[in-house]
Amino acid sequence: MTFRGGRRALAALVALALVVVGGLAWLLWPSEPRVHGQDVAIPVVDGPADDQRVTLDATFYPPASGGRAPAVLLAHGFGGSKDDLRDEAARLAGHGYAVLTWSARGFGRSTGEIALNSPDYEVKDVRQLVDWLARRPEVRLDGNGDPRVGVAGGSYGGAIALMAAAYDDRIDAIAPQITWYDLADALFPESTGQGPEQGVFKKMWAGLFFGAGGSTSPFGGPIGSAAGFAGGSTGGSTGPAPGGPAPTARQVQCGRFLPEICEMYQTVAKTGRATPEAVKLLRASSPVSVPGQIRIPTLLVQGQRDSLFPLGQADANARVIAATGAPVEVMWMGGGHDGGGDDADSDWVRERVTAWLDRWLKDSPVPGVEAGRASDAGAGAAAPGIRGPDVFTVSRDGGRDAGTRRPVVVHATGTAYPGLYGATRSQLRISGPDQEIANPPGGSPTSVSAVPGLGSLLGGAAAGSGMAMDVPGQSAVFESAPLSRPLHVTGTPMVRIKVYGTGEVTLFAKLYDAGGGRPVLPSNLVAPLRVAATEKGTEATVTLPAIDRSFAAGHRLRLVLTTTDLGYATPTAPAVYRVGLAEDALTIPSDASLATPATGPGWWTWALPLAAIVIATGLLLTGRRRTAAAEDGAPDGIPLRVTGLTKRYRNGEKAVDDLSFQVEKGQVLGLLGPNGAGKTTTLRMMMGLIHPDEGEIHIFGRRVVPGAPVLSRLGSFVEGPGFLPHLTGRANLELYWQATGRPSRDAHLEEALEIAGLGSALDRAVRTYSQGMRQRLAIAQAMLGLPDLLVLDEPTNGLDPPQIAEMREVLKAYAEGGRTVIVSSHLLGEVEQTCSHVVVMRRGRLMFHGSVGDLLGVRSPSDGPGPRLEDAFLDLIGENR
Amino acid sequence: MSVNGNPAAPGYAPGYAPGRTLSLRVEFVRQLRRRRTKAMFGLLLALPWILVVAFQFGPGPAGQGNTLRLSDLATQGGLNFAAFALSVSASFLLVVAVALFCGDTVASEADWSSLRYLLAAPVPRDRLLRQKLIVAMGYSAAAVTVLPLMALVAGTLAFGWNDIQVPGTGETIPAADALPRFAVVVGYALVSQFVVASMAFLLSVSTDSPLGAVGGAVGLVIVSSILQAVEALGSIREFLPTFWNNAWTDALTPDPDYSGMIKGVAVSVTYSVILIAVAFRRFRAKDVVS
Repeated sequence: MTFRGGRRALAALVALALVVVGGLAWLLWPSEPRVHGQDVAIPVVDGPADDQRVTLDATFYPPASGGRAPAVLLAHGFGGSKDDLRDEAARLAGHGYAVLTWSARGFGRSTGEIALNSPDYEVKDVRQLVDWLARRPEVRLDGNGDPRVGVAGGSYGGAIALMAAAYDDRIDAIAPQITWYDLADALFPESTGQGPEQGVFKKMWAGLFFGAGGSTSPFGGPIGSAAGFAGGSTGGSTGPAPGGPAPTARQVQCGRFLPEICEMYQTVAKTGRATPEAVKLLRASSPVSVPGQIRIPTLLVQGQRDSLFPLGQADANARVIAATGAPVEVMWMGGGHDGGGDDADSDWVRERVTAWLDRWLKDSPVPGVEAGRASDAGAGAAAPGIRGPDVFTVSRDGGRDAGTRRPVVVHATGTAYPGLYGATRSQLRISGPDQEIANPPGGSPTSVSAVPGLGSLLGGAAAGSGMAMDVPGQSAVFESAPLSRPLHVTGTPMVRIKVYGTGEVTLFAKLYDAGGGRPVLPSNLVAPLRVAATEKGTEATVTLPAIDRSFAAGHRLRLVLTTTDLGYATPTAPAVYRVGLAEDALTIPSDASLATPATGPGWWTWALPLAAIVIATGLLLTGRRRTAAAEDGAPDGIPLRVTGLTKRYRNGEKAVDDLSFQVEKGQVLGLLGPNGAGKTTTLRMMMGLIHPDEGEIHIFGRRVVPGAPVLSRLGSFVEGPGFLPHLTGRANLELYWQATGRPSRDAHLEEALEIAGLGSALDRAVRTYSQGMRQRLAIAQAMLGLPDLLVLDEPTNGLDPPQIAEMREVLKAYAEGGRTVIVSSHLLGEVEQTCSHVVVMRRGRLMFHGSVGDLLGVRSPSDGPGPRLEDAFLDLIGENR
Repeated sequence: MSVNGNPAAPGYAPGYAPGRTLSLRVEFVRQLRRRRTKAMFGLLLALPWILVVAFQFGPGPAGQGNTLRLSDLATQGGLNFAAFALSVSASFLLVVAVALFCGDTVASEADWSSLRYLLAAPVPRDRLLRQKLIVAMGYSAAAVTVLPLMALVAGTLAFGWNDIQVPGTGETIPAADALPRFAVVVGYALVSQFVVASMAFLLSVSTDSPLGAVGGAVGLVIVSSILQAVEALGSIREFLPTFWNNAWTDALTPDPDYSGMIKGVAVSVTYSVILIAVAFRRFRAKDVVS
């Protein structure tokens, strides 16, 4: 068996090699080199008169690739600091960028006060950061003092990216996320187009926003990529003067805000109305104030679950920037300031931002900004649409992953950005009578849609939708008929309503998906509006929140108008109005061209089973051995011929060693030998159960291999009986014979049963049999079909003397019929009386082969009374003293 | 010596043909009369009734939490009940049943020593394995099918023939639509047990101990389920043999998604084809010493 041992060793070696190679690959796999940032304090001068000295706390991450690389400025979210961006910065530096993160003035360990991304303050700071980058030896330059640089950031950081791009021509590409176009409009939204001065104050978000400027941040930002409204962040959490004197009254009130911003907020928060001054101040910090000045490639990522900066903000940015001819792409990702984003979605956004920077900072031979500047001459012409491959991407719910049971996000892409009014618009009939609704005194209780700051705690869409709640008596409901087929809304649905009453009315419009269970308010968004109501009714066109949602067939679209919302400042005076529909129709925007890439089963779904079939075929073909020669040898009449038979144990010791003998027809051969002589091994090889290492066995001229047909002429009983214990003796024999597939008339079952002599026990389960009964049944089984060669291993074990005598006669008679019997035994007397010929084995070797008479004659001891087999045997095997 | 071509001494006994040995019927009968076969089917057929009794007499659903679980909906109707019965038994009971039928089949013959007499009959080794595999798979298929069918009968008698209500959202699918999908579910449950079946079968030809073969296959499922819980493995887990075992729940949603089931079938077929090939290869060259 050395061959087999060798194979085992080889297999073990291969396995070991695989483990070692796998381990090394694990250890040495090229991971992104660890990048360490260098903390730097960058002094800047800003203010309207350029007279305020501020020290910005920054960290510079040199590019891991070495040499001069494009630079990226990463800006943090409101309430955060540069520390939030460490991982992202290290990742980008590892990707071959020189990255600079900084805490904006008023945040972290930077000095100065928060000016809300004002052109006089934060924008000037960023310009000086760009100057600083231009002096670094690691940064690639487009010209003297003009580094190749992009800006990315989320929310507050996204706004500074836009504002800096407007004021600094050296910036080459930006990727602002979940940020604003018009901060005044974001905080004082109005959905009939009357502008922020008529807007409804978004008091909860504003409170969080301005509260975060003072001390700790309640913001939790599930914000991908460079974004970060990172909550509870390190630097900003300790207030303006850590370890310093106790805060003054003004500091308590205004935190680290610039005084004029603090005053503005206190005014608007008290009245709930935007003053012209407030609008002017907020707009100065907004891209709306710099139309046409952002002319560089811009990737706008906005969250679908964002009641602070909804999709409309990104839409406005996209339109204004695209109007300059600059390349623009728009992505609507899953989360936003209300949370609910998916990790996989965030990863995907991060990849897209990196790809965007690569495209315009690394790959572009000339600065990407050229694309925008080149069209300066033609500016003022009709704004080019936002077109191109994948310019518009929407993250959609892709159900649940079948394996992990987790939500899956799919990304639908389009080659044109349709804007919020959709690529196509359709009308959907909705109806409902005019309804009286009341504004509660004190503005309480209120309807609930989104709860700012809680969204991320409550997580997914299911939890969020559970929050949306309308107070009876404060809400009017209008519904469509059940949809006959699914309706996909992408953009802002519009509706014309009519309000009857007197004076100014504040309303909130919501569009629910009313289906089987609880109605769902998509993304928990509402559209606030003000109408100057008249007794004969004032019509207003309401732009409902921008959403991307598929309304299932059978569901209804439900428009709800309420007088209150938790997140907004509403009038405190009690009042009753009547509201109704001016037109019985919703205008539904949609974009059928948005296509989700086929998310069918991966390539491996087909490849894996095919590969398995190939491997399996290989295994079976290469494993085929010792069966090809099944028909070896010409049939002849020699019942058994053993030639050079050798079988080794696993340790190499020979169980059977070069054994050769031949048995003729009509002989009863005794196979003799002490324990371990190799008798049973020889018999097993005779049955094709084990493979000889060398030599051959021929039965009636046919070589014995596993399953050789000639074995059907062999009846065997080797090493004890083998029966199905749950079956009766008779059933065992019958089923055994049926398993041979031979005709039942050939079985000679009755003759065999007679030999077994079991009587009525035949119909009991074999498990109840004694050892002797099983033995006899097994011999009967071996004799089924009266085989030409019968091999019996210790047939008289467990038989009583009369049965032994009977068995002796049976075997003799069996051989006299021209058949051949081989009996192995250790009972020498038995052999002497039964057998005509003997084979004596010792330690696998043949010691004697001949007739019993020969054995006795040749080996007869000289002094004994007569020849005894026992003496001859002991003499032969060398045990006789 | 005798003459070549002596009609009395052909290369095989009269009436012997390798292709007629160990017919499926014989093997089927040999296995059918076994106690463990009867006991396992008895258990599978009784379980739905035990569950019915448990639901009838146990305290009502507590109703905590706002998402509907499959167990909360089990009493909604026959289809719901059958889906519940399948979900609670697929991860272990059916695994054990399949491992029993496939793991026991060759190893128990070796244990009883009857294997050597079959091989010396002679039943060619490939044929012996093939017949045993077919019959064992047949019993496994019967086990996987009989439980949900009996659950469907028991559930329908106990709770009525109603539309299926989906866990989570509580939406309903008309019973007429759900029935063919239910067939898909049962079929998938069967295919997803292929890995267990083939692993048990491979162990069955490798060992003389039936318990070892059955236990080994069940152990594989346990180890795979444990690995599946290690999130750090990421998408590698998709290739674990048990990863997709619950993907059939996707077929019982208002908007059925078969992609997970397709992946599950791919993984299952991949493993089982290779394991069965290894089983045949091993058995062919094996020295039968039991």
